[in-house]
Parts: sequence; structure tokens; C-alpha cells
Amino acid sequence: MFKHFIRLEWKSFFRSASFGTNVVLKVFMGLIALYFISMFLLLGFVIYPILEDSGLNPFTTVNKFLIYYFVVDLVIRYFLQKMPVMNIRPLLTLPIKRNTIVHFSLGKTAISFFNLLHAFFFIPFSIMLILNDHSVVTVILWHLGVFSIIYMNNFINILLNNKDSVFYSVLAVVVGCGVAQYYKVFDVTTYTAPFFEGLYNTSYLFLLPVLAVVAFYYFAFNFFKSNLNLDEGLAKKSEEAKTENFNWLNQFGTLGTFLKNDIRLLKRNKRSRTTVIMSVVFLFYGLLFFTNSIEVYRNPMFQIFAGIFVSGGFLFTFGQFVPSWDSAYYQLMMSQNIQYREYISSKWWLMVIGTAIATLLASFYLYFGVHTYLLIVVGAIFNIGVNSHLVMLGGAFVKTPIDLSTSKQAFGDKQAFNVKTMLIAIPKLLLPMAVYSLGYYIFSPNIGLLFVALAGILGFAFRNFVFSKIEKIYKTEKYATIAAYKQKN
Amino acid sequence: MIQVNNLSKTYNNNVKVLNITNLDIPKGQSFGLVGNNGAGKTTFFSLLLDLIQPSTGYIKNNGIQVNTSEAWKPFTSAFIDESFLIGYLTAEEYFYFIGDLRNQNKADVDALLKKHEEFFNGEILNSKKYLRDLSKGNMKKVGIIATLIGNPEVVILDEPFANLDPTTVNRLKKIIKELADNPEVTVLVSSHDLVHTVEVCNRIVALNKGEVVKDIETSPETLKELEAFFAV
Repeated sequence: MFKHFIRLEWKSFFRSASFGTNVVLKVFMGLIALYFISMFLLLGFVIYPILEDSGLNPFTTVNKFLIYYFVVDLVIRYFLQKMPVMNIRPLLTLPIKRNTIVHFSLGKTAISFFNLLHAFFFIPFSIMLILNDHSVVTVILWHLGVFSIIYMNNFINILLNNKDSVFYSVLAVVVGCGVAQYYKVFDVTTYTAPFFEGLYNTSYLFLLPVLAVVAFYYFAFNFFKSNLNLDEGLAKKSEEAKTENFNWLNQFGTLGTFLKNDIRLLKRNKRSRTTVIMSVVFLFYGLLFFTNSIEVYRNPMFQIFAGIFVSGGFLFTFGQFVPSWDSAYYQLMMSQNIQYREYISSKWWLMVIGTAIATLLASFYLYFGVHTYLLIVVGAIFNIGVNSHLVMLGGAFVKTPIDLSTSKQAFGDKQAFNVKTMLIAIPKLLLPMAVYSLGYYIFSPNIGLLFVALAGILGFAFRNFVFSKIEKIYKTEKYATIAAYKQKN
Repeated sequence: MIQVNNLSKTYNNNVKVLNITNLDIPKGQSFGLVGNNGAGKTTFFSLLLDLIQPSTGYIKNNGIQVNTSEAWKPFTSAFIDESFLIGYLTAEEYFYFIGDLRNQNKADVDALLKKHEEFFNGEILNSKKYLRDLSKGNMKKVGIIATLIGNPEVVILDEPFANLDPTTVNRLKKIIKELADNPEVTVLVSSHDLVHTVEVCNRIVALNKGEVVKDIETSPETLKELEAFFAV
């Protein structure tokens, strides 16, 4: 039986839309996987000498932070690891025992990249431990314990899936612990580190995580099995709908009609909500730069880079997929009496509003001085004046259909990878960096800011030109776009 | 109203999926398109809506060549499949959205919905569901009624009877007949179901492998003739 399953998996992997489409993408994905593997390998080997050189006991230090390692792992899994659920629907009516289906689905998650990746860190690290006079047997016991926890995460993730409230409260507790530790209020690692040490120091403690894996496998198995019905675990989640008319937008005519829909699009779909969350994350991205915590980032070029990102998170993440957001019903749009100009400007206004809100929210950067906040404000001006147009111009070439109902795509497993879009993306960041440094070095930081703002205002002058250009692309690419959007993933 | 001239569609692998030399659908006609799977019905409608590009020839809708001008859009409406619905809207929001695009105010749309209340069978309006969570049949009902918004002169429905329950099929037939009785409105309907099509259309064209194989005015003998043609 398992032989059939494995054959099915093999086919589904090699025939999936993301894999079959283009060679560049395949190579690109392969490179990313390789990159992560080699980073983990490298880390596994060098972390020991590095920690030793900085006067810390490598093994104790790793044990200390292991709790955060596992939590981060769980968070990443929650967002990225796909549940093995949907593709078992067709198996339900075939003469296969339910237990077999569940065992296979769970077993399949065990060999996922998210589990194997850790081996590339822990195995070299363990080798280093052994080379540095730790006893082989106890290192192996520790190793068993750690891997049991990784697999425990794997099954916890299955149980957690789609339970946003549970997940976010756990996340809040953990972030709280991290902050408390940073400010030396409360250190959770004093409680967890002894446990991880114990995995090594005692010959029996490793049994605890091993038993926990077995227990969680058992829970996941039962949970899965009892939910193996089309109306429960395999059902599509649906939420109660409320009609929202946004009548105040009526005064904007057709523009208002589209804006209404775009607001609903953002509010009601998982995928687009992820975009909003991402832009909040971008809001805090600037902290890396303005707190001066990283040497290179003090460079003025990077400061304006941060300014662009803080205000433009939404603009970038949303704008790059115009018109793909409407891919599910693109045929409708193309057969209705739609004015492209109004359609485009509705998206443009949405990006402007998003940028304005981000700029307002970013006012807490005033804490770092007026100049820092001005960096963000001129970044916003440049974003609205220049980048909003560039981003949409790039989006016009993107023909990746977007599945609004899932957030798993958001981080780019099959992201639109397109040479034209790449080329258009370059000036979005390089141009303001160049303009700012020009003013900064020749005159003064303030003149640099002025230059960027002027460049942004100059961008407005090209608005109509760019809009007509985008309109033309939409028209010439119409049939290709419709055909591409029809392909389901 | 609709003129087809030397129209053909060939895909890359040299398969000709549609080939119609000449077809003229006068204004006010109710036109039924029948055929087996793969006969080219949906391809024809997609070409008519300029969703795919013809390999040769062209279609004129009210004198406007559809793949060169967009002026046919204001008086043409269509429902092909669920990709014509916006999944994250409620039914009301969807109707008002289409209404906005067709220059109908809220009151116009409400009047139309009122008229077809029975057709929805109480399951769609105020149902607290987004369109994506409706059943296939209910989705179809929404799509069909949306095509009636804004008094279109050409109404295109692909497989409107599929997925509907028997009562709704009868109600739909009534709606289509009403449209057909209006001399200003040209209705195009495709179906696998010969009985339904014969009942609502006054002209029936059968397609087979992309070619027109029958073109008949509906009469009492039509159904027999068609059944004989599709018999195994």
C-alpha cells in the first residue's frame, strides 16, 4: 500500500505547477535550499570555536538558547509547513484503511525539509562536541533528545494548524519571555537550560522527549483520524459573512467601486491579510538600522534604504501583485465594462493610503531624532511618487495566479520570478540611495533628504505616462494573462 | 446581432478545436448551442467574450469586432463558470459591484433582486455567506442573475442548467423564455441537455469537434431530430 502512496507523492512533487513551469525557478529554488543547508552546516561546525573564542562554554551557551531555537522553529513551521491534508480527499472512498492513510500522512511530514534541515546543524555540532572531548554516548543521548523535540514540534504544528488564537497567545508569551530576558527582568532560560544540560548529563532524561514524541504522534494520529471527514477536518473553513457597503466611497464614482472591493479583498482573505501583517513587520525593520546596532547600517545609504522600507512595506508587498490579486476572477473583469485607468488608480490610491498610514505609525521613530523620522517621510514621498509606479509596472508582467485562501504562498515558494520584474525592481532602492548619498556627500544630510523628496515629486509628473504604459501592457498581455491565471496550482 | 466570419481556434499542438465559417445570429433570437464535451461550446463563448484569441477570422457583436474594440462590453453580459464570481464578496456586494460597473444604482439592483427573489429560494440573499462558501448550484444562481443587471442586449450563459435542482431549472427556463420574448435581447445558451435547450430556444446549433453539424429552427420535431443525431 505504501508503495502506491510513495508513487503518488513522487508524481505530485514532480508534476506540481510550481515545479513544472520554468527552469530558472527550479534552479532558483534549488539554490535557496542549498543555501540554507550550507548555512546550517557551516553554523554547526563553526559555532563551537566561535563561542569558545568569545570565552563562553559552547555547549552551555547552545543549551541556554535552545528553547528559543525550538520556538522559532515552531513559528516558522506554523507559517510555512504545509499540512498533509487536502490531497487525501480522493483516498477516502478507496478501499484503504483509515489508519493507513493517517499513518502515511503523518509519516510524510517526518521527512519534510523542515525536519531534515536541523540535522545539518545538529550533526556537525555533535561531531564538534565529540572532537572536543565530550563523551560519545552522552552526546548521542543529547542528540536523541534534541531530535525528539524537533519531531515533537512537527506534530505540535499539526495539532496547532489553523488555531490562530492558540498560536498567537503562545507566541505572545514567548516574545514576552524574550523581552523580559533582554531587559534582565526574568530569564526563562535558567529554567530550560538545566533540562537540556540534563539530556547530556544524565542517562535517563532523554527518555522524556522521546516519550513526548510518541505521545504527540499518538495525539496527532487521533486528532487526524477523528477529523478525517469531509465536513470536519477536511472541510474548508468558512467564516460568517457580513455585507459591508462602504457607502462613503460612493462619492468617488468608479474609483470608489474598485476601492470598496480592494478593501474587502484585504480584509477577507488569508493571503492578503498576510500582506498587511508583513507591512507591520517592515515598520519595525528600521530599528535594525536606526538603533546603530549593526556597523554597516550606519552608512547614510543604508539609512535611506531603511526609510524606504519602513514606509513602503505595504506598497511593495501589495503592489508587486497587481493585477494578480484579481486573478481568481480575471475573466469576469475582462468581460465587464471596466475602465483600466480607474482600476489602476484604485490600486494606486490603496498603496498611497497604505504608505501614509505606515508613515504615521512610524512616528515613534521620532525617538531617534527628527532626522531619522524625516528619512522615513522622504522615503514615503519617494515611494508614492516613484516606487508606486515602478511596482505596478513590474506587477503587470507577473502572471502568477494568487490563491487568496492560503497564506502559505506568501513567502515565495513559487513567487513570481520574472526577469523583467527584477530589472524594474532595481531602481526602486538604488535610485533613492544614490540620490541621497549625492546630496549627503556633496552638500549636507538635509540636502540629501531634499534631493530624495524632489525625486519623488518629480515622479508624479510621470504618473499619467506610466499609467498609460501599464494600461497598454494589460491590453497586449490580456490573453496570456487570462490563460496563466486559469492554471490552478 | 452577432456575425461569425471564418472563425477558427487552433492550439499549439495543431488541434483545431473550433472552426465556424459562417454564423449569423439576428437580434432578439434565443440561440441554443448543443454538443458533447469538447465540441467547442465554451471555446466559442470565450471567443465571443474576447477571453481567448481567434486563430483566424473574427466575431462581430452588434457590428463591433470583439477582439479589436471593447465597445461591446456595455451591452453584453455573460456567466461562463465560477471564475466569474468574486469569492470574498457576499451575494449582495457582488450584485452591487456589477451594478456599479453597469451604471445601475442600488435601487435598480434591488428591484431586480426583488423580482427574482423566488429564484434564490431564500438561500442566497442575507445568507451571511461569502460566495466562495456557497454550493455550486447557488453560485450558479448568483452568476445567472448577475448577468441580468443593467438590461444587457446580449446575454451569454454557458451550461446554465447544470448543477441546478429540478425546481430551479424550471424557474430558470421561465427567466430565459422571458428574455427570449423581449425582441431587444439576444440570448445565447449552451447545454448538454437537449430537452431544456429545445424548450427555451427558437434556434439550435449542434457542434461536433468544433464544426457546425446542425442548424435548425425549433419545431415540434426538433427534439427527435437532435436525439437521433446524438444517439449511440
